[in-house]
Amino acid sequence: MTRHAALHEPFAAAARRWPERTAVVEPGHGEIAYGELDALSDRLRDRLRALGVAPGDRVGIYARKSIDAVAAILGILKAGAAYVPVDPGAPPSRNAYILNNCAVKAAVVESRFEPRLRTEIEALGVAPAFVAIGEAGAGEGLRRALDAAQAARPVPATDTVVPAPDALAYILYTSGSTGKPKGVMLSHENGASFVDWCSDVFAPSEGDRFSSHAPFHFDLSILDIHVALKHGATLVLVGEEIGKDPERLAALVAEERISIWYSAPSILALLAQYGKLARHDYSALRTVLFAGEVFPIRHLRSLCAQLPRPRYFNLYGPTETNVCTFYEVPAPIPEDRTTPVPIGKSCSHLRCKVVDPEGREVRRGEEGELCVAGRGVMQGYWALPEQTARGFLVDAAGERWYKTGDIVTEQPDGNYTYLGRRDRMVKRRGYRVELGEIESALYRHPAIKEAAVVAVPDEEAGIRITAFLSCREAKHPSLIEMKRFCTEHLPLYMVPDRFAWHDTLPKTSTDKTDYQRLKELA
Amino acid sequence: MSDDVKTAVKEFILSEFLPGEDPAELTDSTPLISGGILDSIATLKVVLFIEEQFNVTFEAHEVDRENFDSIENIARLVGTKRPQDHDQARSSA
Repeated sequence: MTRHAALHEPFAAAARRWPERTAVVEPGHGEIAYGELDALSDRLRDRLRALGVAPGDRVGIYARKSIDAVAAILGILKAGAAYVPVDPGAPPSRNAYILNNCAVKAAVVESRFEPRLRTEIEALGVAPAFVAIGEAGAGEGLRRALDAAQAARPVPATDTVVPAPDALAYILYTSGSTGKPKGVMLSHENGASFVDWCSDVFAPSEGDRFSSHAPFHFDLSILDIHVALKHGATLVLVGEEIGKDPERLAALVAEERISIWYSAPSILALLAQYGKLARHDYSALRTVLFAGEVFPIRHLRSLCAQLPRPRYFNLYGPTETNVCTFYEVPAPIPEDRTTPVPIGKSCSHLRCKVVDPEGREVRRGEEGELCVAGRGVMQGYWALPEQTARGFLVDAAGERWYKTGDIVTEQPDGNYTYLGRRDRMVKRRGYRVELGEIESALYRHPAIKEAAVVAVPDEEAGIRITAFLSCREAKHPSLIEMKRFCTEHLPLYMVPDRFAWHDTLPKTSTDKTDYQRLKELA
Repeated sequence: MSDDVKTAVKEFILSEFLPGEDPAELTDSTPLISGGILDSIATLKVVLFIEEQFNVTFEAHEVDRENFDSIENIARLVGTKRPQDHDQARSSA
């Protein structure tokens, strides 16, 4: 199997080999062939270079999931820059923070987001170049924007940049405990080594049809986009509206003849419960991958029973490493299993070990923190050298091991089992949520005196987030007001489920917030 | 005619998603989805509740951000599903 140094190189090879094959389908909007997608992303590359984007720069993407956004990813990579996809559903202030934080030289922005973004980002004192696209869809928005720009100011064709393996390919921002999102820096080697591992294990071919369920700012999208486009397969984009509606989603998977599905378990659990799967034909579906959070065994078992044909894999790994362990779910799942399936064994391009709080490797079977080394491990956090240093364990040989923060044990058969976190990060619908970031947002409300956020397991939703608050005023803000306020400052998946008001929050003997007590109250 | 829908949906949302909230705070025009009260799963629960209570069926494309963003909009949508069946039911009774 050929090993590629650059993330976009296999796509270019696939486009030469299969120019007529369909690369991306955007149901209800259109589709694009490999040759066309190659040409469209070449044109964006040339435009970006003319706007001053140079190898090593960052370029933002602020658009809904679309063929336009896929072309933007490829065009940015071809220009030698790293792409920075932001959540189009997140508050504009948060996205402006992200694009300013990593100092993007330019951004591909859907026009509807442009005025707010421009206001927010100029308030921060910077003015990156915008490639404004009228409305993303079928690649037409980007094509028209490039046509207009070319008519107004023609730019010459340039060469696709062949980056060094350690050059940045993309930055994905995740929730940060200090209240601001932090940028995980992934290189071409990080991305390409993961993509190559996927090729080895899932053996995709040009006949496959991949789902693209996760949004592009979520690391599941790396597999969807870059593995599909490496192999000449077709990527089927699932829109955000359909993506959360089990009945429509179930129909779409069948109609589009998806063969490789990848999503967070919460979506698969919804499909199993409400998707009415028996109505459809899923004979094309051969592989189901899930990652991002624990899959409650009851729902996984129900899904496997309803759709017995595909192979199921539990993929595990933080954004900092992408997938680092994997486990194939046995068929059928043994009846006596009442706990979630293991996270499995290390992927071949990485190595894992389990350490105690002093960083010493524990004996097999003992609890400890999972650490990961190898080609897939991130470069660090953007402009956060201290957090980066704290994120790694450097062994006697000088090797950097990323500390996942996840507590695991290794079973006798060599599979790792996930036990929990060592810090205040939780997973909700597959997304990382730092409870500290929610607290920071709550403190921005003028009436809030104290805020403490805890998460407790919930049978149905997986996790329940409760905000404990005390107020500066006699009458506290309504629940509706607090929810509205949170949606202005946080992505939806971070808005607490419950708000509880207290005169003052419980403290430990050292006068710190007593989170243990709050968890009992939650 | 849709007051029964409004009342039932309001009570359901208050008890399921806004426990402890002063009922007066939730008006017919309070933004539900854009205001962070209903997420996708909560919206689905509201759909199932209405389908069961009022014996109507929603097409998948009707369950969107617009139609479910306020009690008013929900009642309007349900209203289109129950054309004058009230009066006919009464006269034949």
